[in-house]
Amino acid sequence: MAKITLDGLRHSYVPDPQSEADYALKRMDLEWKDGGAYALLGPSGCGKSTLLNIISGLLNPSEGRVLFDERDVTREPPDRRNIAQVFQFPVIYDTMTVYDNLAFPLRNRGVPASRVDARVTEIAEMLELGDRLRTRASGLGPDDKQKISMGRGLVRDDVNVIMFDEPLTVIDPAQKWKLRSKLKELHQKIEVTMIYVTHDQTEALTFADQVVVMQDGEVVQIGTPVDLFECPRHTFVGHFIGSPGMNILPCDVHGQRVEFQGITVPTAGFPEVPDGATAEIGVRPEFVSITEDGGIPAVVRKAADIGRHIVVEAMAGDVPVSAVIDGDAPEAGSEVRLRFDPAHTRVYADGWLVTREGAI
Amino acid sequence: MRTQNQRAWFFVLPVLVLVAFNALVPLMTVVNYSVQETFGDNRFFWHGLGWFEDVLRSERFHAALGRQVLFTFTILIIEVPLGVAIALTMPRKGFWVPVCLVLMSLPLLIPWNVVGAMWNIFTLPDIGLLGYFLNNVLGIDYNMTQSPVAAWVTVIVMDVWHWTSLVVLLAYAGLISIPEAYYQAAKIDAASNWAIFRYIQLPKMKRVLTIAILLRFMDSFNIYTEPFVLTGGGPGNSTTFLSIDLVKVALGQFDLGPAAAMSLIYFAFTLLVSWLFYTIMTKDEQ
Repeated sequence: MAKITLDGLRHSYVPDPQSEADYALKRMDLEWKDGGAYALLGPSGCGKSTLLNIISGLLNPSEGRVLFDERDVTREPPDRRNIAQVFQFPVIYDTMTVYDNLAFPLRNRGVPASRVDARVTEIAEMLELGDRLRTRASGLGPDDKQKISMGRGLVRDDVNVIMFDEPLTVIDPAQKWKLRSKLKELHQKIEVTMIYVTHDQTEALTFADQVVVMQDGEVVQIGTPVDLFECPRHTFVGHFIGSPGMNILPCDVHGQRVEFQGITVPTAGFPEVPDGATAEIGVRPEFVSITEDGGIPAVVRKAADIGRHIVVEAMAGDVPVSAVIDGDAPEAGSEVRLRFDPAHTRVYADGWLVTREGAI
Repeated sequence: MRTQNQRAWFFVLPVLVLVAFNALVPLMTVVNYSVQETFGDNRFFWHGLGWFEDVLRSERFHAALGRQVLFTFTILIIEVPLGVAIALTMPRKGFWVPVCLVLMSLPLLIPWNVVGAMWNIFTLPDIGLLGYFLNNVLGIDYNMTQSPVAAWVTVIVMDVWHWTSLVVLLAYAGLISIPEAYYQAAKIDAASNWAIFRYIQLPKMKRVLTIAILLRFMDSFNIYTEPFVLTGGGPGNSTTFLSIDLVKVALGQFDLGPAAAMSLIYFAFTLLVSWLFYTIMTKDEQ
């Protein structure tokens, strides 16, 4: 087990990168604490798999270093780094039994047979595979196969980090839930650093203590699930996390006064918008309410009952605004007034948060 | 109540007719010959299973079958491992992939009798490039029209040259279909190159290799054109394989009855071995 440090890391698949756009992974400095549960969240093609492969050693970064504790492992091959990786599709050795599959990484490293047996039995019990150790792995279902892939990482008690590259893609929804809780349970039991790559916010938010949100090869925010929800650092985070995502509304900023549709909107802290930047208001639908007076006039386009809440889509002028409210659903076409909770209304300039927190 | 609809049979009819005319009817004429004797004049007499007994007891048939089995066995033993080995060394992406694929395909595109003629000339001791080189440069006494060993070596080398590519292409197709994640997982599991071959590549190639072996078995077991053009079955009878012998009986001696019986036994043998092999190889895929 180890702390993982990414020091000035940058990667390009182009041999001679000219501009920033050539980099699949923009420069990043990151530190992953020993024994933490991390999720790498982002849409397809945002560079999260690239980052994962750099940490595991399947890919050499163009620039920067990867440190496990204080040891520089940037140029070391995967088998010397003592890491484990679980892939999108279950990787099993078809001709071997479940037992041999789990024993494979240990036997390759010359671990004595008695030790192999003890570890395999222990891990198989943990994964609920104990009764199928002697069956051939190729006949199992995708969820059991994926458990074997995980097991091959877990049997080695000296692994620095276990990485999961969208491991639940091929698992059906009912099993997904089970495997996810299993994973969480395993993490608490063996306390090894885990990095979980996904584009599914539910998976990321339920698994991880810390979520790293990536977009276009760049880390846009690192934080707990609550941070990401309540205080997105970037409109992308607001939009990507939450359902429906954060409202991102065009606005005018006059000094410290923020106007939306010609109406002054109180915000959390002072906006500091640089000259020439595009300013936007970000407010989550959960913090938009319908009031009797004041607020912003809007026309309800539709209201959907999603069980415990009602999602209202309204048009403030020509800008759509979503709100999540309790109580009765307003009728489509009716005129309402919307109020933004000032503590959760922030200003973003060119996508990045610019409200300085403090007294209003 | 289930409604029965017999109309589907009509849709199968065209296929039945097609199969009947290209397989069943010709085969039946052979069956017809195999159970009759003729003294010319287009008059036939019932002969029962007599021809079959004769063929199965004939030493000439045993010898041809023995040569045939030895030939097929030898080329399989050489072509399959060699084909897999070449496929493993071929690049998986980049500029050289199409180059390799085209080079590999070339021997497969040459007409079979041309292959025989090519190798015949190639190995002539006085003017053939290989024959001249072996005899006059290396000083090896090599003449396949006189030495059975030289004839056998030439036939086998020719077949390996002609057909290993088929195994290569099939094995290569199997190899490139293995997802990258398997190799990455193996790397992380610290697997040796041999372990990667034994536990990933070979199992993943099993299906294509089954097909490759089956095709090579059938083709080599029925081989005719190339050895006929190359050696004509000689010297003596040393390279007279089953099909060459069959043609000698049927068209050389015009013994239609024994030739027909021999054809059917030959056919049954090929079918049986192919079926057995395929069944055993796919047994545990359920």
